[in-house]
Amino acid sequence: MSNEGRQVVIPGQILGETPALRPGRGTFVEDKKILAERLGVLNIQDNFVHIIPLKGRYDPVVGDFVIGVVEEASTSNWMVDINAPYPALLHVHEVPWEIEFADTEKYLNTGDTILAKVLSVDESKKLQITLNDRNLFKLKGGHLIEFEPSVYRRIIGKKYSMIEIIQKYTRCRIKVGKNGRIWIDGDAEGIEKVLSAISMIEREAITFGLTDRIEEFLKKDAKDVR
Amino acid sequence: MKSDIELITSEGKRLDGRGPHDLRKIKIEAGGLHRADGSCYLEWGGNKVIAAVYGPREAVPRHTQNPLRAIVQARYNMAAFSVEDRKRPGPDRRSVEISKVISEALEKVVLTEQFPRASIDVSIEVLDAEAGTRCAGLTAAAVALVDAGIPMRDIPVACAAGKINGQVVLDLGKEEDNFGDADLPIAISPRTGEVLLLQMDGHLTFDEFNQAFDLAVKGCHTVSEIQKKAIMQKYQSAAAEVLE
Repeated sequence: MSNEGRQVVIPGQILGETPALRPGRGTFVEDKKILAERLGVLNIQDNFVHIIPLKGRYDPVVGDFVIGVVEEASTSNWMVDINAPYPALLHVHEVPWEIEFADTEKYLNTGDTILAKVLSVDESKKLQITLNDRNLFKLKGGHLIEFEPSVYRRIIGKKYSMIEIIQKYTRCRIKVGKNGRIWIDGDAEGIEKVLSAISMIEREAITFGLTDRIEEFLKKDAKDVR
Repeated sequence: MKSDIELITSEGKRLDGRGPHDLRKIKIEAGGLHRADGSCYLEWGGNKVIAAVYGPREAVPRHTQNPLRAIVQARYNMAAFSVEDRKRPGPDRRSVEISKVISEALEKVVLTEQFPRASIDVSIEVLDAEAGTRCAGLTAAAVALVDAGIPMRDIPVACAAGKINGQVVLDLGKEEDNFGDADLPIAISPRTGEVLLLQMDGHLTFDEFNQAFDLAVKGCHTVSEIQKKAIMQKYQSAAAEVLE
């Protein structure tokens, strides 16, 4: 296996020059030079220089599916922790239930877990999320674990290949939030297996052929496959 | 202070056997603490420092928030057992000052405008002290910031120069700091050469100052290479491990 195209870069490293190349995500320009602004893996696509971060906080983008934990219920809204640098606001208009004034605690209370979507992010990074969608709801029971948000794509895999494999071999219900949170529901043995698979993905995130290795790992002691 | 200790011989050999332009031994390890977002352990001669980074996260109390950019809050703390006798725990005049100058140096390189209203908290714990802890602390904090995945313009680095027995030397040791003539710690952004921190204790002539400054800058570049190697080692090895 080669490690080509998986070059680790550090802040301040010179990646190329404009106008031959163009600055993309995770880069900035100084004196016509493109420089890395964070620790990550170099990725050049169509003359655009991108950096895929290896570590760092979740950066909310409109439309992202996230798993949030309710922190506080007010009369007309909830404050929800979505693992971003800022808490997110969930307004009573953005939930599928009819709520009487000040009745918010009956529906969602501190500690509840929800699968939500990022509704808006303004320039001072004030966040709003919504539950108004068919596939958004309150998560009941199950386990919530956290992972490094930068490996989200690896956990999902190409066209959901990775997550489908994990679901197939562990018989667990799994929801993955882009904000570095996974919700799992199933029997103890299955959950145990999901946890070890996730930590394996996190550890080996910058390598090739990961999906096959994960499948092999899960196959080893799988008794019955759905 | 006058003393009869000969800090440097006429052949230019110092108390610990170094030449006038030699650094002490430096060892840097990125990561290590798994509760923090980023961390670093550093040994610089007899100094042992741990730095941890949290954030960006919402700054509290609210009035400390800047609506346009993030604030960087470094906290420099010396352990009670880090010095001879015992250091009385808690912030004192000296550590409050060092916290402030390190915060300001780091704020210059972090791309703070990406995180309005947020705070990036850096905790620097000095476990063992032997002169030059602010340089060691800042150098460790810089690596911890990179390890936390925080966007930065450059990786800052610090190093000191000074004067002992009338001679300008690099990176003062404990006795040299206590009985020497001057100490000049600086921090720079190695890519641009921008000065992020400059303090001076003692007396230097204008020429000596320039000489010491140039020497310290050279020292910073050497330390910078060690910093970069430490980061690369951690993350490149993660890739190599699985590729075997």
